[in-house]
Amino acid sequence: MAFVLASLVLMTVDHRYRHLEVVRAGLSVLVLPLQLAVNAPFQLAQWASDRLATRRSLMDENARLRAERLLIDARLGRFSDLEAENRRLRELLDSSSRVGERVLVAEVMAVDMDPFSHKILLNRGSRDGAFLGQPLIDANGVMGQVVHVTPFSSTALLVTDPNHALPVQVTRNGLRAIAIGRGVSSGLELAHMPLNADVRVDDLVVTSGLDGRFPSGYPVGRVSQVRLDTGRPFAEVRVEPSAHMERNREVLLVWGAGQGPGEVARTPANPGKGL
Amino acid sequence: MSPPSPRRGTVTIAVSFLVALMLTALPLPHWAEPWRPAWVTLVLAYWVLALPHRVGVGVGWGLGLLLDVLTGALLGQHALSLSLVAFLALRLHQRLRVLSPWEQGVSIFLLVVLDRALSLWVTGIQGMPTEARAIWAPALTSTLLWPWLFVVLRDVRRRYQVS
Repeated sequence: MAFVLASLVLMTVDHRYRHLEVVRAGLSVLVLPLQLAVNAPFQLAQWASDRLATRRSLMDENARLRAERLLIDARLGRFSDLEAENRRLRELLDSSSRVGERVLVAEVMAVDMDPFSHKILLNRGSRDGAFLGQPLIDANGVMGQVVHVTPFSSTALLVTDPNHALPVQVTRNGLRAIAIGRGVSSGLELAHMPLNADVRVDDLVVTSGLDGRFPSGYPVGRVSQVRLDTGRPFAEVRVEPSAHMERNREVLLVWGAGQGPGEVARTPANPGKGL
Repeated sequence: MSPPSPRRGTVTIAVSFLVALMLTALPLPHWAEPWRPAWVTLVLAYWVLALPHRVGVGVGWGLGLLLDVLTGALLGQHALSLSLVAFLALRLHQRLRVLSPWEQGVSIFLLVVLDRALSLWVTGIQGMPTEARAIWAPALTSTLLWPWLFVVLRDVRRRYQVS
């Protein structure tokens, strides 16, 4: 009976407040060896496939990467020019300029989490400067944010989780909305869109940055379905995420402007508010 | 033979729980995920049935807490369901022990259903979508697995003379 009561109290406190993060972090360090052990065979396989690659395939890959890099360099050259111009124009307009964000590559550990929530375990923790609420992206778009941090690992909630909401903007017309995870299958939904909202299938949806947590302008996904049912108060707009939620091995943790790993470590009590 | 000391085999029990936790975290292909047997519940039920004087509700609760942290669930969610499972197994261990492993499987089915249902109930309260398959799929695989697990764990228990 006492244990049932203790569980109920724990659940309530964990759900409502943040006091238990310390307990969770402590216990997480206990389970970390387990998670590492589970991850080890996958790591080994990765390592083996890296080591046992033939010279030929490496050369092919090298050539391909070289070509790709040339392309990207060319694009980046133009981009930095545009960025400089953008900054100049912003200064002319006297508006706050965007400073480049810093990123850190984190590896997704091959550990299955609770099947009902969309979470992943990362191999970077507070020692690497990760903090609560830190945005997580991949090469294609926004993936989620960090919800638990321990010294050596952290757990991230994906944007497709039903408990995750994200302020977004449609690039075509600047329309603002809130994207909420749908949970059942991977996908998002724009909440409370009026029936006459100008949203079309294939519109690109990006973060608006209004939450002060996610940097603005990162792609979230494309509108995959717009259902207008006059019997309902709101239009049903579904968004297919552009990040590869279940196929990534490497993801990027983002520090916004003015936040560095060192700076964040000093103010862990105020996560994600420094943007 | 001298009576074994009461502390004997704690390591064995702990290792079996660790293996169960690892199997819970082992990545499975997407289609197989709902069918993952409730490893921790099974191993806990075995030890409660075999050694009710050593493994009880408290162990179940602590194990549940570890499982919560491991799966990133709400703290206390699995602790609640596993302590109830341990409690029921403790209550019924006299009756369940005399049954054959296959017959015990039926009771295990009910225990796992209870375990899953409680967990799902908690996730449901948090507003996450749940499906009924998540209750009966693991219960089914767990029931099929029980006789084998029973034999393996019994051998382990005899081998290391855990009592």
